[in-house]
Amino acid sequence: MNTIGKQVRLGLNGDEAVAYAAYHADVDVISAYPITPQTIIVERLSEFVYNGELDAEFIAVESEHSALSAAVGASLAGARTFTATASQGLALMYEILYIASSLRTSIVMALGNRAFSAPINIHCSHDDAYAARDAGWIQFFAENVQEAYDLTLIAFKVSEDKKVLFPSIVNLDGFILTHSVEPLTIFEDKKEIKEFLPDREAVNKIDPSNPITYGPLALPDYYMEIKKQQAEAFNSTPARIKEVFSEYEEFSGRSYSPLKKLYVDDADIVFVVLGSTAGTMRTMVKKWRKNGEKVGVLSLTLYRPFPSREVAEALKDVDTIVVMDRSYSFGSPGGQLYMDVAAALNKYGRYNRLINAIYGLGGRDFTPEMAEDMLHATKDPSIREIWVGVRG
Amino acid sequence: MKHPYLRYLRPENVPTVFCPGCGIGIVMKALFQAFDELGYETLEEFVFVSGIGCSAWIPSPHILADSVHTLHGRAIPVATGIKLVKPDLNVLVIGGDGDIAGIGGNHLLHAARRNMDLMVIMINNQVYGMTGGQLAPTTPYGMKTTTTPYGNPEEPMDTCDIVASAGANYVARWTVGHYLQLKDAFKKAMEKQGFRFVEAVSQCPSRVSSRIGLSPADHIKYYLRNSVDIRKAEELLPEERMEKIIVGEYVDRNKPGYLEKIKMVMRR
Repeated sequence: MNTIGKQVRLGLNGDEAVAYAAYHADVDVISAYPITPQTIIVERLSEFVYNGELDAEFIAVESEHSALSAAVGASLAGARTFTATASQGLALMYEILYIASSLRTSIVMALGNRAFSAPINIHCSHDDAYAARDAGWIQFFAENVQEAYDLTLIAFKVSEDKKVLFPSIVNLDGFILTHSVEPLTIFEDKKEIKEFLPDREAVNKIDPSNPITYGPLALPDYYMEIKKQQAEAFNSTPARIKEVFSEYEEFSGRSYSPLKKLYVDDADIVFVVLGSTAGTMRTMVKKWRKNGEKVGVLSLTLYRPFPSREVAEALKDVDTIVVMDRSYSFGSPGGQLYMDVAAALNKYGRYNRLINAIYGLGGRDFTPEMAEDMLHATKDPSIREIWVGVRG
Repeated sequence: MKHPYLRYLRPENVPTVFCPGCGIGIVMKALFQAFDELGYETLEEFVFVSGIGCSAWIPSPHILADSVHTLHGRAIPVATGIKLVKPDLNVLVIGGDGDIAGIGGNHLLHAARRNMDLMVIMINNQVYGMTGGQLAPTTPYGMKTTTTPYGNPEEPMDTCDIVASAGANYVARWTVGHYLQLKDAFKKAMEKQGFRFVEAVSQCPSRVSSRIGLSPADHIKYYLRNSVDIRKAEELLPEERMEKIIVGEYVDRNKPGYLEKIKMVMRR
């Protein structure tokens, strides 16, 4: 395929890939606080800035609360703005998450997915991504280092688009992607991507000659109308996201879509999964197919807005759906992704058998044996929830 | 023969997790000697509270006593809660500069203002060490870190100055090279009420010493050479002061602590 941007092949870990993407996006402001496993991203970016390769402001603030607050200010002032965090850092940003989306900023955040304390853990769970699910941020999930790079560039284009104007999170599994070196293809330089991602043209930016007020009081007489408008705007973003996926494919030769399906169309059993485990499941499903099992995998590149119609359409004729959650929603009917899938199916009049598989919490390795346990569970009609790979 | 201070440690966690050459070992020994000289056979009268960072690992899991390992920056408010419910216990917070002065700086300010009956030990290695040596609010001007590869453009905060002016009863800074002074400061702080703050400037062999080309021992010598007693610091010009480590007692006063002040208000 002929692509527009000149590209090079090299080996990077997920954090470095995201740093290169932010560099190639020619960001204007980076504000961040150190937290494992995201730290390499901002270390690389600080090098780009202080080497004079990237004309940007880099501010090492005193907390994640300040990191996102500074990012809100920078984005409203018209800058292309980037931050990165993980786990407790995202939790500390929580109140500003809603401010950033409701003020319609265009911040892009990389989230090195990591478990919430306690006990203290620095490895992968999707607790942080799920915690942000209701906050009005577009969320992408990368399956590998290549996707972490591509989706970061795509996120800037999407978030700054005048038909979108919502901030984005690019999720990459902590350590599994943030710290694993993989081969990938990136643009040779930031000028190669400039046509895809020109300098930001901010809408309603802070401008003393045209004063506006962001975020004033709206009491019961107006608040609900504002939220309904915001909901409509947010829910309309997937159309534009899909267009940006196509535009990116023209530039890079790599295609993206909200869902990735393998053998889903004729499957009796489908595993639904987010992040790097999709690759593991694809390997397992190919193996099981050879044994005559009619199995498939559905993974989501776009997690928010949740592609409800596409998910329901893809899964409508599947007998058993195993929804894999790398987190636990205490006291809920099931894990967070499980609830999304169940609600999406219900919305379109489908009531398939669903099993919720809780896996990989706090970086517990997800092994082929654990995948076999999940397949085994589908054979027992009484099973509705399993914790895979857990002792006792 | 068993080392006498091993009675303060959980034997299954010795040797500790700290890097060879880390100043934390010196701080731990000074603290244990202070316990010993004050006659504490066990630490059952103490509760230790820590946040996140290398220094926060001193109590959890090493010290043989009750401890709470909380969130990054939040040790002081958690310790405040414990002290209010268990006023008879000595509540001791141990943390690093990023934890105590950086992300938890606001809590530090207000606990000092309130003269809360807590002792805080802040081990200052001048960076965020555990995450790889990034710029901290205590990083000296011009120092190279992993997020300021050509030197820090910002001026650091003098945490002792801030805590003293906020109202703490006792504030002292020593480097790990000033072992005896550090131990005596711990002893003095432990015997007082109100808010007590002891800063121990320490080398980080993995993230700082190696980066600036010093061995841990040479780094301690560098601290000693660059230290100026607080009584002589007033003679320094502001630009000279920025390059020095001011050591000594910033304040030593006996205002009533928060618990005492509450009783005074109740009596009215």
